[in-house]
Amino acid sequence: MSLLEWVAALFLVCGGFFVLVGGVGMLRMPDLYTRMHAASVTETMGTLLIMTGLILIAGWTLASVKLFAILLFLLFTGPVASYAVANTALIAGIKPQLAEDGPQIGGPEVPRP
Amino acid sequence: MSINSLGLYNYWIYGFVLVIGLYAVLVKGNYVKRMIGLSIFQGAAFLLYITMDKIEGGTGPIFVTPPQPGDLFANPLPQVLILTAIVVGIAVTALGLAITIRIKEEYGTIEESEIREVDRQA
Amino acid sequence: MITVLGLFTLTFLVIAALATVQSRNLFVASMWFCIFSLMMAANFLILDAADVALTEAAVGAGVSTVLFMGALSLTAEHEHVRERSGWLPALVLGLLFAVLFAASFEQPRLGDPLAPVHQHVAPFYLSETPRLIDIPNVVTAILASFRGYDTLGEVLVVFTAGIGVLSVLSFSPKKNQQLSGEGVAERVRGVQHHAILRVAGKLIIPLLMLFALVVQFHGEYSPGGGFSAGALFAAAVMLYGILEGADRSAKAMPQDWMLRLAALGAMLYIGVGIVCMMLGGNFLDYSVLSSKPVAGQQLGILLVEFGVGLTVSTVLIMIFNAIANRSTY
Repeated sequence: MSLLEWVAALFLVCGGFFVLVGGVGMLRMPDLYTRMHAASVTETMGTLLIMTGLILIAGWTLASVKLFAILLFLLFTGPVASYAVANTALIAGIKPQLAEDGPQIGGPEVPRP
Repeated sequence: MSINSLGLYNYWIYGFVLVIGLYAVLVKGNYVKRMIGLSIFQGAAFLLYITMDKIEGGTGPIFVTPPQPGDLFANPLPQVLILTAIVVGIAVTALGLAITIRIKEEYGTIEESEIREVDRQA
Repeated sequence: MITVLGLFTLTFLVIAALATVQSRNLFVASMWFCIFSLMMAANFLILDAADVALTEAAVGAGVSTVLFMGALSLTAEHEHVRERSGWLPALVLGLLFAVLFAASFEQPRLGDPLAPVHQHVAPFYLSETPRLIDIPNVVTAILASFRGYDTLGEVLVVFTAGIGVLSVLSFSPKKNQQLSGEGVAERVRGVQHHAILRVAGKLIIPLLMLFALVVQFHGEYSPGGGFSAGALFAAAVMLYGILEGADRSAKAMPQDWMLRLAALGAMLYIGVGIVCMMLGGNFLDYSVLSSKPVAGQQLGILLVEFGVGLTVSTVLIMIFNAIANRSTY
């Protein structure tokens, strides 16, 4: 494999690592807001690295331009979606769990007054 | 390992998802849940048709370059059928949801047991 | 590698279907249904069906979720626990699954080139399309030209569903369920307090409409066509309705004009067929539309796909406006 393909493979593996981190974070975090924080890792770093790897593999073709456009749209809409979920949760009354509430790993989300 | 190692797995998944959708339609009392189950049932039927069109070593049925005699293409006919079926499915689901909204306005509930109660008392 | 991807999407499909049926909260169930549709679209892409994947992603994961949530905001949020005793349906469904499982062993395995489905009509379509119609997308050629009758029926079914929704929802709700005075004044229109959502969304709407038009008219060269384009255009208008309030989207796309445009799309389809008959050919035989039969076919496909896209988009917009402007609660 040429150097370009090695670099692209490195980008893809790093992107996969960040997606895995996001997934594990979603499961392990105790609270909705920290889980949203973990999910946003997937949609920014994961998307960026995987798309860069794919663009390097595709080379100077039309597919690279399309991939770049997809990357722009995903970077644009992903964080907006996370913001929408977090803001709606705040308005709906789900309070973030603070340190003085004690450890509470996982469990269902109940809106507290 | 290619896509064909999946063998008959697609058909088993189709059967299972079909049964799940039908279970929601038959057993659940809530009308919106029944509409969702009907949509899942439709999705399983789409899966069966599109499973039939895959050819090993073929690509999608779009001639990016003029076709040579040895090229393999996926079967375009099931794709045509399912393309229209998807949009018709959503239109029918929307009609079902409109009727559910009217039922809620008239009866005050969308649970089938409570609707039967209201009808029995009327 | 593609085997692993196929395995993952198929298994996740079952998990999403089970989670959809199990959830008590109906909003959660509709979100799981959105995930189910997205997995279905990924599966279609793995099975080499690009047009169908595009349409399923636009319709199932986009339009369908919005319609379900719109209907849920008017009906109920939670499902009541009481069900009928489920042993007889479960038994019948278990028998059905056993029959399907046993029948699956006689099916050709996935990707078999000697399967009967690949032997009869498909080679005819694949070999005749470059000669008779000469457009790269075989699916569009079959949809609009070889199987034009079926597509005409589907367009009329979509139009009928739109009329059905309008007629069902044309009865106004009872007086005692309308909003009280202070409720109307305080009702927030759309998401007008969320500035980030409004700015980001309003930047996306023109791009989405442009993409819908590209998919519509580029449908002969790449995956697309009238159905996906109609769903994408309706999704753009639904996004505007969600951001600015459904009354604004109903003012931007009035119901009676949407009805007229939907009828116009269906009439365009039938009109092309009748013009072909008047020019001497059969109904929906596009070869007579131009001096060269191939050019006539391409012109016919373009007009017919535009009719399809017009009807599908206007019917979906009509349905969204009818459901979202309902003033109970």
